[in-house]
This record gives sequence, structure tokens and C-alpha cells, in this order.
Amino acid sequence: MRAAARGAAPSRDLRWVSSLVDREALRRHTIAVLVDNEAGVLARVIGLFSGRGYNIESLTVAEVDPVEHLSRITIVTSGTAMIIEQIKAQLARLVPVHQVNDLTLEGPFVSREFALIKVAGKGEARVESLRIADIFRARVVDSTTSSFTFEMTGSTEKLDAFINLLRPLGLVEIARAGAVAMARGHKGS
Amino acid sequence: MSQAQLSGAEIILKALVDQGVEVVFGYPGGAVLPIYDELFKQNSLRHVLVRHEAGAVHAAEGYARSTGRVGCVLVTSGPGATNAVTGLTDAFMDSIPVVCLTGQVATHMIGNDAFQEADTVGITRPCTKHNYLVRDINDLARVMHEAFYVARSGRPGPVVVDLPKDVQLAKGPYLDKDGFAHRSYRPQVTGDPAEIARAAELIAAAKRPVFYTGGGIINSGTRAAALLAELVGLTGFPITNTVMGLGGYPGSDPQFLGMVGMHGTYEANLAMAHCDLMIAIGARFDDRVTGRLDAFSRGSKKIHVDIDPSSINKNVAVDVAIVGDAATVLADLIAEAHRRPAPEGKALAKWWAQIEAWRGRECLRYEPSPTIIKPQYALERLYAQIKDRDAYVTTEVGQHQMWAAQFLKFEQPNRWMTSGGLGTMGYGLPAAVGVQLAHPGSLVIDVAGEASILMNIQELSTIAQYRLPVKVFILNNEYMGMVRQWQDILHGGRYSESYMASLPDFVKLAESFGAVGLRATKPSEVDDVIAEMIAADRAVIVDMLVDKTENCYPMIPSGAPHYEMILSAGERAHEVSDQGLTLV
Repeated sequence: MRAAARGAAPSRDLRWVSSLVDREALRRHTIAVLVDNEAGVLARVIGLFSGRGYNIESLTVAEVDPVEHLSRITIVTSGTAMIIEQIKAQLARLVPVHQVNDLTLEGPFVSREFALIKVAGKGEARVESLRIADIFRARVVDSTTSSFTFEMTGSTEKLDAFINLLRPLGLVEIARAGAVAMARGHKGS
Repeated sequence: MSQAQLSGAEIILKALVDQGVEVVFGYPGGAVLPIYDELFKQNSLRHVLVRHEAGAVHAAEGYARSTGRVGCVLVTSGPGATNAVTGLTDAFMDSIPVVCLTGQVATHMIGNDAFQEADTVGITRPCTKHNYLVRDINDLARVMHEAFYVARSGRPGPVVVDLPKDVQLAKGPYLDKDGFAHRSYRPQVTGDPAEIARAAELIAAAKRPVFYTGGGIINSGTRAAALLAELVGLTGFPITNTVMGLGGYPGSDPQFLGMVGMHGTYEANLAMAHCDLMIAIGARFDDRVTGRLDAFSRGSKKIHVDIDPSSINKNVAVDVAIVGDAATVLADLIAEAHRRPAPEGKALAKWWAQIEAWRGRECLRYEPSPTIIKPQYALERLYAQIKDRDAYVTTEVGQHQMWAAQFLKFEQPNRWMTSGGLGTMGYGLPAAVGVQLAHPGSLVIDVAGEASILMNIQELSTIAQYRLPVKVFILNNEYMGMVRQWQDILHGGRYSESYMASLPDFVKLAESFGAVGLRATKPSEVDDVIAEMIAADRAVIVDMLVDKTENCYPMIPSGAPHYEMILSAGERAHEVSDQGLTLV
């Protein structure tokens, strides 16, 4: 095998590359980042993730302090323990970043996602979608004789479950806002 | 109380002067004309006209690296800024403090694909420590001061300030440089005392220790180098430096093992592999140092001191992590070490005996020749003639760079300027411009290869204009030597495009720029040519025609563990793994 691989047109086994990644389990972390609300700050954060090959599962951002011009970015990412540590250190290194909190590591936290989900259909399927929405406490925000648009807030898992149930009932469009999260208890992060 | 209103260009220059800038390396263009007009009217700042914007950034890097101050660059919009990108990336990788001012089209034109418009902050975002686009004249003075603060604080790096032409012409207030505190950026300087105590405990208990220090010592300043020497002397431990860290510890000291890494010494790499305690300070466990990661120094505990938390546990997991400035942490560590018993002498003596055995392999030995100039010989002779002088050395990138790192020894920091992280061919000549401007009376030598030197050869014109007595020492083997070496080892000796055809006559080239051209073709000429080069009061290009086939050893082949070094061409039978072939 090896001798053959020495030839002019070597075909090389590169499975080792993925094995480096597989060696350690990937874990999902929710990270809250407090940043100056200035031009380009989101590009810095996103560029960091793409440039260094980190995952972004979801990312939300909005200004939370209009006086101090601070925005809070919530990032759900996954990686090995070492990569998660790198992500946090790299984020903290960005000049406009004030604070980085790893909510997953720092204790119990609540995480909520918002979604709009449109289902088109008539007859029994349409009624069934409304019944499921009721069970999941989703609200109807738009309705026609042939469609419903639901608004729903909940954990990522709950949204996934709701969407999966609607799939055979004429699901046509989903818009999800990504997770926002906060530590439980009385203390601010 | 109305404040005096200055133009944007006046604010920019005033801020530069207040920040202590003496030299600006730049190249004018349409989008920076108001600043150049202001430069024309004053005498406190010196502008050095380079011949290409990459040269401007490398010159600022050379200036910064050799002085410990922030280098300053001024270029125009569009191509001026994009030409500077290589230099900025270089400074980013090697943590060199540089502030680069770029012109930009007027704010109302931004985004309209105007003439010489480029999205400079977008392009430079990933290759700078931070960048700014100043849209409002009222922000200008603050941003200018912030740029210098960010560039030099914590882990230093390049900062770009993009300046639209209308902002340069608008009127606004000046803000004193001490008139603000940065909103968010406050790097940690002092190490955690508990971690420092743990480090001191490990140091006291070590049996086979090694110090592994890098560019962080140089960036921290001469005090860090002095404290490092004190701690190394106090402990009696061996020490090795990364390529960026050379000069951080006296190169001729017996406790110094030479450079670590792919072309480092055998004793340094084996000490790293077999140590029981590694004390890394201002070094970042680069792939050139670790070799195959999963085989890197498996038996050792590791202490890592770094001002950048993201350098810690990035490639190699460590046992004690100390975030802080090298000098501050070293001072605390020395105080802690004094409170504890000295490390056990017997174990340390045994460790030194082992290291001496590795040293006995004489890994830098080469086959001398009576007829052909060996590159190593040329550098040995160069070292012999410059070691007692006030000399600064820059390099280009490739074999000559590694040989220079092996054969030239540096007793002090700030004397060795090289492109370590990015490996930028064409770095050395403009860097030498910056070094020579900062140290007009000193001997400044660019150790070069004939391929690299052609990458920024236009800077000979800058050298001529400012009468800089820079010495260019070309080891000419008519190949991109390091590319050829890898083709030798990894690609069956198929020298694809690595031969340098149609080279200029470097002697005549030197003369055409008003410099002295010298050539040596055989070993007996080497000493005289070097002496003549040093004696010349002008710029000199030395064309040293060296062995065309010599390879740089020792070498950790790519993908190999760091203890499996090839010591000479004779050992080349070593199989390079599939993994190794994919590595750079």
C-alpha cells in the first residue's frame, strides 16, 4: 500500500483529519457576549467564527443598553472542551467585547427561542394543526381560510418538536430567531 | 469655553506627535493628500517615502521590533490599503505594534465603488488587532489615541485607522491623549498569585526542566529579558527560544540550548521532548515548535505564561496557566522562587549530563568545502565579524533565515527581526530600512536569499534616497531553497518551479541604486567581502554564491514528532507520513 502511495499520482488516505476532530465529544454551549453596539462588531464576531472554523448553531443580537450603547449577542456553538475555551478566549480578545459568559458552564440557565411557522392546508389537517398549536401554547398571528401562521416561544427542543408535528400537516415556511439565554437566579452575569 | 477647531489632518498629525511618533513610513495618494499637505507644513514628524506599501508596513515593523515602540504607516485608499495587507497580517501574526493610517474616499462615496475605494475595514478585520473607520470628525482624536493604546497594550498588534477624505478636511476638536479611558480593552498584566505559587512549586520540584520562551519576552521589553536571565540563572535550568524569541536570552550563554522547532537544535528539541517541566513564557506552541501534536512532550507538566489568554490551551493543554505580562509575572515568580528551596541539584546535574550528550551530536555541523561557499560557513564568518559590534539583523524567509537563526547569536532583545508567523518573503529589506532609521549609527544587515530579496527589491530606492547604510547579505543558491528542500524530501526531487532563472547581476543592481556591490564565489573570498561590506559607509549588496544543493538541518520533517529529527542529508531515508504531506 505504502509503496504504491509513493507513486507519481498518490491517492492519500485523509481519514486521519476527521479522526482528530472525532476523538473528543462535541458539546453544545450557549455563550452570552456583551459588546459595544458599533459598526462592524457583529462582523468581527462572525468573522472570528468563520475564520477559525468554529460552528455557529444560532446567533442573536440586539441592543440591550441604549444609554451605554451595549448589545448582547447570544451564540449557541459546539466544540470540544478545548475549542469552547478557545472560542471564549478569542471572543474576549476582540477589542469592543466587554464580557463573555459561558452560560452552559456557569450554572443553570434558561434559553428561549422565538419562531413563526406557517402551515397551509384545508380540512382535517388544518384543524389538527390548530389542536397541536393549542397543546404547545402557540398563538395564531395570521389566518386565512387555507393557512395559519403560528407564533411560538420556547426551548429549542420544544420548537423542534412542534415543527416536526406540523411537518405532515402542510408546513410551508419557518422563521426562527435563534436562542436567547440568561442565567437562573437573582444574579446578573 | 469653545475649543480650538482643527482640521482632521491637523488632528491626525497632532495625535501622532503626542503619541511620540518620530517617523511615518508611507506613500501618498489621492485619498490622503490633506494629510500629506499637513506633513509638508511641519517639522516634528519625519516621513519616509517607501516604494511599495508592503514595504511601508515591514519598515514600521522593523522600526517597532528594534525599538519597542509603535511603528506608524500612512497609505492611501484602495490599492494603498490592499498593498499593506501582507504587512498587517505579518505584524498580526508576530504581535508587532503598528498603527496604519489608510485614506478612504469621502463618507458620502463609501459603498459606491468610487475610484480607489476598497472596503479597508472589511478587508483588514481578520488581519488586525482592531480597526476603525472614522466617519465623524468628533471621534477622530479619540480614535487616533485609542489606536495607539490598542496597538501597544496587552499582546501588541497592528491597528488600522481608515480616514475618509472629507473627515481629513472637516474641522473638529482635539482631545488630549490622556483625556480618555478605553471603554472595554484592559488586558490583564499581573498574574494570578495562586497560579504563580503553583508554578514556583513545580519549578522547585523539577528534575528535568526547560524554559521555552518566545516573542512575548521581546514584546514585554528589556526588563523582561533581564528578569528572565535572572530566573534562568537562579534555577540553573536550560533554556531554548523560539525564532521570535531569539535575543530574549543571551545566545552565547552555556544554559542556552539554541533555537527550538523545525530547524532548531537537536538538544533544544530533545530537551523539550524529554523534560518533566516545561516553562513556556510568551511563546505560543506553534506547529513549527510542537511537530506532531499528539507526540509533543507527553511526559511533562507545562506552565504557560502569556498575556493573551487565547494562546493558552490552544494547541497544547497546560497544567498551570498564568495570564499576564512576562516581566511582571517573572518578577513575581522570582520572588516566589526565593521563598522556596532551590531545585534538587543532583537530578538537575543528571539532566544537564543528558543534554550535554545531545549537544555532543553537534547538530549544526556541516560538511566544509574548500571550493564551494557553504551557506553555513558564510554565516559563521559573518557572525565572527559582527558579534562584537552594535549590529541588528533582519532576514527574508527561507533556508537563509533558518541558517541565520542557527548561526547568528543574539545577546540582547530587539536585535533580530524576522517574519516568524506569516513567513513573508520580502520582509527583510524594508524591515532593515525601519531598523536603520531607528538606529542610524548601527550596523544593520538583511540576511537574504536571492529569491526573497526580489520580492521587495524596490526598497533599494528608499535606501538610496535616505542614504541608509543597510547591508544586504544574499546567500545566493539560485533556488527557492526551502521550497527545493521540501521538494527533495517530500516530492521525489521534482523541482517544480523552484529554480530562480534570469536573476539580475546583484553587483550591478547595487551600483545602479548608488550602493556598493560585492561578490564572493569561493570560501577564501568570504572574510574579505564581509569586512569590506562592514567597512563601507554606504548601502552594500553582497552576492554570496553558495552551494546550490545544501539543505538546512537539523529538521523535524512535517508530521513527525519533535524528537525525530533528521540531522543530515544522509539520514534522509526517513519516511514522511501521509499526515506530514498535508502539512505546510
